[in-house]
Amino acid sequence: MSNMVKSKKNVNSYKFQERKILRYWQLYLMLLPGTLYLIINNYLPIGGLVLAFKQYDYQKGIWGSVWNGLNNFKFLFSTKDAYLMIRNTLGYNFIFIITGTIFAIVVAIILNEIKKTLPKKIYQIFILIPYLISMVVVSYIAYAFLATDSGFINNTMGTKTNWYMSPKYWPYILVIVNLWKSFGYNSIIYYATVIGIDSSLYEAAVVDGASRLQRIWNVTLPGLRPTIITLTLLAVGRVFYSDFGLFYQVPQNSGLLYDVTTTIDVYVYKGLIVLNDVGRSAAAGFFQSICGFILVLGANFAVSKLDKDNVLF
Amino acid sequence: MVERDRLQQILMHVFMILLILCCVLPFLLMVSASFTEEATLARNGYQFIPEAFSLETYNYIFRSASTIFRGYGMTIFITVVGTLINLMLTILFAYPLSRKDLPFRSGISFFLFFTMLFNGGLVPTYMMYANTLHIKNTIWALIVPSLMMNAFYVIMMRSFFSSSIPDALIEAAKLDGASELRVLSKIILPLSKPMVVTLVLMVGLNYWNDWMNGLYYVSDQNLYTIQMILNNMINNINFLAKNASLFGATKVDLPTIGIRMGIAVIAVLPVMIIYPFLQKYFVKGIVIGGVKG
Repeated sequence: MSNMVKSKKNVNSYKFQERKILRYWQLYLMLLPGTLYLIINNYLPIGGLVLAFKQYDYQKGIWGSVWNGLNNFKFLFSTKDAYLMIRNTLGYNFIFIITGTIFAIVVAIILNEIKKTLPKKIYQIFILIPYLISMVVVSYIAYAFLATDSGFINNTMGTKTNWYMSPKYWPYILVIVNLWKSFGYNSIIYYATVIGIDSSLYEAAVVDGASRLQRIWNVTLPGLRPTIITLTLLAVGRVFYSDFGLFYQVPQNSGLLYDVTTTIDVYVYKGLIVLNDVGRSAAAGFFQSICGFILVLGANFAVSKLDKDNVLF
Repeated sequence: MVERDRLQQILMHVFMILLILCCVLPFLLMVSASFTEEATLARNGYQFIPEAFSLETYNYIFRSASTIFRGYGMTIFITVVGTLINLMLTILFAYPLSRKDLPFRSGISFFLFFTMLFNGGLVPTYMMYANTLHIKNTIWALIVPSLMMNAFYVIMMRSFFSSSIPDALIEAAKLDGASELRVLSKIILPLSKPMVVTLVLMVGLNYWNDWMNGLYYVSDQNLYTIQMILNNMINNINFLAKNASLFGATKVDLPTIGIRMGIAVIAVLPVMIIYPFLQKYFVKGIVIGGVKG
């Protein structure tokens, strides 16, 4: 008896579920375009990762091409390109994270300490200007500074340095350009956190006779800690990815600079579109996707341990 | 104590002023190059204050460069159309996800969120767009790959809808017999204006500045946007510089430095003009998108 009641209830709730879903058809219809787009743009290409294990033949397509095991990876890692691009991608990213974070925090704190409202507003407007410019235009600006004959630097210093043929300067140039382009963006994020810090903490510090530096050290920085940790870990989660524009446009694709400007993204692009070496390109892309995924998961795990509020998922 | 505080304030202002000069001066160097007479530019190089001022560059651009106007038109077109479609997809996806009563809500959220964690990368994406969907050298190549460019903007809209719009409002509208689309367009969107403006600006800026889709998928010069024209000029000049001997004579018709810089200025100008008025929306987009995007 009780069994029958139970099963009847189940049937009811099943029907109820069905009716409920039907009742929401309008909402599901709204989800449809985005769902289709995500399937095409994001999910289908994941299947294409198998290319890394195939000998790609344009005639046969991705699925018709023959498997060749780990050969693409063997080819890739037998060249010094593999070492160079991984070293460059990781190396630049770590320097960018350190320089970018420190500089952005300094700017955010100074913005917060400045008392006059109008200048503060003006500074905030101006520091975002580099962020708004496309990398192509940034490369034009860099060229105005670095051109051999007419560039601003050679002009004012009276030197004749051929910047686009001297790899030894480029690690510095790229760090400076990256900092120039991104510090405003990061400063704004940190500044938003700083102004959110409870002002009674500052008042208490002032009552205790703390100097400005002591206040910054004991109130502002601890208040920023969660944001610093979160942003840094998220950036660490992306160390296998690079800003393609920065490494491709700004050095103007100069062959002599490849050793210090080739990151994984540049390599994949060149292999795929310029050199038509799909196998190695796909292998490098596969390596990037997998390492990226593992690091994002790791970073999120770390965020969840350190700072539950900012956890991604 | 007060004295020291004043000094500190002054030092901080000096620091910030130097910093904003660093942000603006490189840009001004480009602008002033575009206003410099060509011969002066060749002789003196790039200078902040040109020795001989000239409007020749802009005269030239406005007189003869139909490709540049075409490129400008393309940029405007893909920015407007791309932003509109992006907005539609994003809002239509975000609204149902904001409804706490939607069955399978968390599954759908994960479906969206997973795209931020893992992707196929350039090679498979390129293969699909180029060889399966045959998008190469069509206008769609400049629009489609950047629709819903960042799942976080969907999450941003969803969070805004679910935290700022009372459920009771939606319930009341539905009791009055309003369809979901009507609820969204007549009740939710008017209440979400600041968020929609933020989204429009972030997406619009992305389309305006985009050159990557063009680099990957477009070789037809008729489809070049202004950013691609800029990119193409660098490539041509580098190509000629590398292969100068092939052409024998050095008299190859290249756009002069002034003209190149002039086009770059024109490409940036609209952004620079509207940005100061809408700065707070950009800041909002950065703060929300930055922490989790």
